Amino acid sequence: MAPPVTVNTINPKVIECEYAVRGEIVILAQKLQDEIKIKLEAHPFEEILYCNIGNPQSLGQQPITFFREVLALCDHPPLLDKSETQGLFSKDSIQRARKILDQIPGRATGAYSHSQGIKGLRDTIAAGIEARDGFPADPNDIFLTDGASPAVHMMMQLLIRSEKDGILCPIPQYPLYSASIALHGGTLVPYYLDEATGWGLEVSDLKKQLEAAKSKGIDVRALVVINPGNPTGQVLAEENQKEIVKFCKEEGLVLLADEVYQENVYVRKKKFHSFKKVSRSMGYDEKDIHLVSFQSVSKGYYGECGKRGGYMEITGFGADVREHIYKLASVNLCSNISGQILASLVMSPPKAGDESYESYISERDGILSSLARRAKTLEDAFNKLEGVTCNKAEGAMYLFPRINLPEKAIKAAGEAKTAPDAFYCRRLLTETGIVFVPGSGFRQVPGTWHFRCTILPQEEKIPAVVTRLTDFHKRFMNEFRD
Amino acid sequence: MGVKALDYESLNENVKEVQYAVRGELYLRASELQKEGKKIIFTNVGNPHALGQKPLTFPRQVIALCQAPFLLDDPNVGQLFPADAIARARHYLSLTPGGLGAYSDSRGLPGIRKEVAEFIERRDGYSSDPELIFLTDGASKGVMQILNCIIRGQGDGVLVPVPQYPLYSATISLYGGSLVPYYLEESANWGLDVNNLRESVAQARFNGITVRAMVIINPGNPTGQCLSEANLREVLNFCHRENLVLLGDEVYQQNIYQDERPFISSRKVLMDMGQPISKEVQLVSFHTVSKGYWGECGQRGGYFEMTNIPPKTVDEIYKISSISLSPNVPAQIFMGLMVNPPKAGDISYEQYVRESKGILESLRRRARMMTDGFNSCKNVVCNFTEGAMYSFPQIRLPPKAIEASKNAGKVPDVFYCLKLLEATGISTVPGSGFGQKEGVFHLRTTILPAEEDMPEIMSSFKKFNDEFMEQYEAVKI
Repeated sequence: MAPPVTVNTINPKVIECEYAVRGEIVILAQKLQDEIKIKLEAHPFEEILYCNIGNPQSLGQQPITFFREVLALCDHPPLLDKSETQGLFSKDSIQRARKILDQIPGRATGAYSHSQGIKGLRDTIAAGIEARDGFPADPNDIFLTDGASPAVHMMMQLLIRSEKDGILCPIPQYPLYSASIALHGGTLVPYYLDEATGWGLEVSDLKKQLEAAKSKGIDVRALVVINPGNPTGQVLAEENQKEIVKFCKEEGLVLLADEVYQENVYVRKKKFHSFKKVSRSMGYDEKDIHLVSFQSVSKGYYGECGKRGGYMEITGFGADVREHIYKLASVNLCSNISGQILASLVMSPPKAGDESYESYISERDGILSSLARRAKTLEDAFNKLEGVTCNKAEGAMYLFPRINLPEKAIKAAGEAKTAPDAFYCRRLLTETGIVFVPGSGFRQVPGTWHFRCTILPQEEKIPAVVTRLTDFHKRFMNEFRD
Repeated sequence: MGVKALDYESLNENVKEVQYAVRGELYLRASELQKEGKKIIFTNVGNPHALGQKPLTFPRQVIALCQAPFLLDDPNVGQLFPADAIARARHYLSLTPGGLGAYSDSRGLPGIRKEVAEFIERRDGYSSDPELIFLTDGASKGVMQILNCIIRGQGDGVLVPVPQYPLYSATISLYGGSLVPYYLEESANWGLDVNNLRESVAQARFNGITVRAMVIINPGNPTGQCLSEANLREVLNFCHRENLVLLGDEVYQQNIYQDERPFISSRKVLMDMGQPISKEVQLVSFHTVSKGYWGECGQRGGYFEMTNIPPKTVDEIYKISSISLSPNVPAQIFMGLMVNPPKAGDISYEQYVRESKGILESLRRRARMMTDGFNSCKNVVCNFTEGAMYSFPQIRLPPKAIEASKNAGKVPDVFYCLKLLEATGISTVPGSGFGQKEGVFHLRTTILPAEEDMPEIMSSFKKFNDEFMEQYEAVKI
């Protein structure tokens, strides 16, 4: 008798979903890395350069000192009673830790909290949202989660009843969305970002895709917008955002606004505006639009991926629905407390006049300006490659260049039974140690090929990345030129 | 415009059906009363630190150092932290390229999974493969992940003990599967009778359900019973015969309050049984940093260990883990510290032992106090809490009380628990939240209130209960 849990008998939705960011290419990279550890000459490179995942601190980015000071004090409150602590921690970090501990019932950072997160921390986050947007935020609308991803899953769970329920997603998209929709048994309804106009979002395309889905019997329930974009990096213009909000209102769609890169904007002419702010500035309130906004501690200039901190702010839902959202959150009891504290710090960092302000600003701006430089350097490098065009990374942490692969290469890929962009990425990896994620992992206009590269390797490693990539690309094109 | 996407009518039905009483009606009512100024004793959830249990010192020292590595560079760090905490922080930082702020391997840091494997080996006497151990943000996430793999649709059934911890019923509901109950025997100390299992499976199959998995909670929640080795052998044989994957929820393995039945892991028993069964029964075992004597619920740290799961299935489970990128790194370090605590000779060893023993011995005393206290009450019968963190007394409600509850539109045990809450501030979870035999009522409380508060809590309960019973027995029929 076949055992109960085999690939033939597990939930088929599990089989169907995919997540390329840690997929095949990355698994191979780890294998090669292990081989180099054993024998340095095993491959034509000495180290793997991971450019596949938005994981800044794994590549040497330093955490913000003030945040870590506060977290360490909250992790071990007896430190606050010791006189030596004054000499090791900044005064304002001690103050902030005391304030946070006072907001936690019993000062117990090891206890399950309220399932939406500690109330005092939600108050801080709501105040931070209000300071950012100029419009009020209600702490009861906030659900703190282990990173933004579980919050996305929760919304998909709520929205998807069957494969007849569709969710509009940008193509290219961050594959959490396609994976989550598949896992919950729904249908992804694609809308195409326009590469020729810097990955612009046309509401006319949204309308077109919505109508097409409806005619196929799909009930389209929500629209996902990632702003700044991943993998595409565009920052939406405010006018564009207004059109999107109006579209959601008219069509009765829930707007799922993934805003985790809100602090990663590298071009002076663009600014991040939250969808909440845009909606309210249009005079739309809770009655007019269902909006869920996602934020995380993993990106920005803080890059605290390993902490798993984040939240969703839900507005425009009736009390009965909110009860069910709360109930779902309560099954997991609560998100990790340290991540909750960090989310509150991210939304209310040191202010002018605070002891840590100067060093905080210097750390923050150092990281952001370095990211902007790396984005430019890599963008220029990609644009110099034969057959490659690359849009500017206005924000986020990625570049998503397009590669026009010669027919010969496409044929070779077919013979190797891989997608052409995966074929390129695999060769790149085995010859240079550089890890990109093939564009097919993010979806793209059929017949076009891309790959995603992060801008995260340390600045001193970037020249090596550029040189190795350039040399490899020349060789590859020479080999496969038509 | 018609119904909007997140209007109540158009929510996913599975979501609507989910129930999780631990933070349900009673808890919400208690929170309301607390806001109004009433003193509430929350005994609804196994949340030790919320009731005054202190965190163990050593792990918090280590994590603070890992959180702020600049401390390690300071010459004065030795004045604030003992040398072994400093060394251990360096050790864990060396295991994580990028420190606490980087996503780790989606299964958790290899170095820590190795520590977990070594712990399992020391505990059971059989080697464990770190590649088959996945760290998760709390054991609950692991349970949900595995059940999501098993449940394909309504036709798939999962055997769950009644009474059970409602994570199982909630998750099965959410994923659209079928819960197949098997009843624990209250009169036999909540014992597990294989005949009950057989009956439940037969009934389910008769109804067209494919039974795929069996959950055991050992020690039990809410019931506290510790399964004997013989019992575990029966269960494993049963799973082998009926082709079920066994899900062993062992999160309370360090909470044992009697000596007749020490904890023995499902995996150890399986391995002891030898081939073919030891190579054929599929088993997933769960553990956590939230319980035991650590009680670090807020960290959200747990793991599952897979035994006899085929490699391709493990790959699919890995793929699901990778979508969430990685479990939180600080909790992974807590897990490492829990499975690999200070040893004899370490500077912090004595403090660690003193703190741990203090907590465990107190829990043992409180388990006894609570059981005896309930048993001294009118119409209340309570099995001894052999393990875990709860007491699950049976409340024999008089017919007139049941009638009154119906008139109030409440399930009888909810009615009783609400009255208890309003009279005494004790916030419990009604037995209906965990499942019970028809017409038999219970409530679940934790044994976690501070020892010095216990006598008053139990006498407060007795006063309420005995008056309640008198009131509803005195009513003329």
